[in-house]
Amino acid sequence: MSQAIEETNRRMLRARDAMDRDYAEQLDIPGLAKIAYVSEAHFIRTFRATFGETPHRYLQRRRVERAMFLLRETERSVTEICLDVGFTSVGTFSRTFGEIVGEPPTTYRWRAKDLGAVPACFAKAWTRPSSFGEANGAAGG
Amino acid sequence: MINALTHSQIYVLDQDEALEFYVGKLGLELHTDADLGFMRWLTVNVPGQRDREIVLAKPGPPVHDDATAEQIRELVTKGAMGLAAILTTDDVQRDYETLVGRGVEFTEEPTERFYGTDCGFRDPFGNGLRLGQPKPGPIEVPQPSELAEEPPAKQ
Repeated sequence: MSQAIEETNRRMLRARDAMDRDYAEQLDIPGLAKIAYVSEAHFIRTFRATFGETPHRYLQRRRVERAMFLLRETERSVTEICLDVGFTSVGTFSRTFGEIVGEPPTTYRWRAKDLGAVPACFAKAWTRPSSFGEANGAAGG
Repeated sequence: MINALTHSQIYVLDQDEALEFYVGKLGLELHTDADLGFMRWLTVNVPGQRDREIVLAKPGPPVHDDATAEQIRELVTKGAMGLAAILTTDDVQRDYETLVGRGVEFTEEPTERFYGTDCGFRDPFGNGLRLGQPKPGPIEVPQPSELAEEPPAKQ
């Protein structure tokens, strides 16, 4: 029983790592489910049971986190950043960013903060918007 | 006065498999493999650094009851144990390619940052590790406006 859970966890982690790594690509559920060696429906359900949110929401948060970084640290336009991080529509990007961060991309850019010098993996973990305290109390979708 | 860090520990699910990975694939050295009766004391070290051991520990008795060991194994496999270690090399690109060739699972390709170039990978169990090539000399901490070391990702 336990070993089955461990193997499932490891496969779900592999799919999550793929989202962290390839967020700018056009990832989809069938492709991610394939990485995890499970059916699509099983993948969504199991990923959520393992990490507390759906793969779709996890990917959105990863992309939004990268967008926050680019908004803070570059002069690229919101449209360019939207495409850089893997969104294909500015409307979806702005709406998702607002849901997760609690303010529009342009407003966020205004009050960008200094994160200081820490290894990138920690900065990534700390600045990742959390689905467990999302703006407006929205549930991970 | 505390004067050294000599041991740190990584939880592994299987010590033979851990040895195969940390020594066989990463190229660390076996330091100690001792059957203590109640447990197998298994440690490795970076080649040449005998005074600094990484303990490859298996959760279980006598330290953990079965339920606790199971919880630890679940956390390891979902990648929730955090950063296990940051290792350094004199040529990160070369080592990255070598390790990819040996089937090591990378979570991030070598990426240039103000402190050097580093990449991320996992051991077979889910532990996260990083391998970096630090920049020589004192590191200049950039101002926030200069922190854009990661170029926008390509489509």
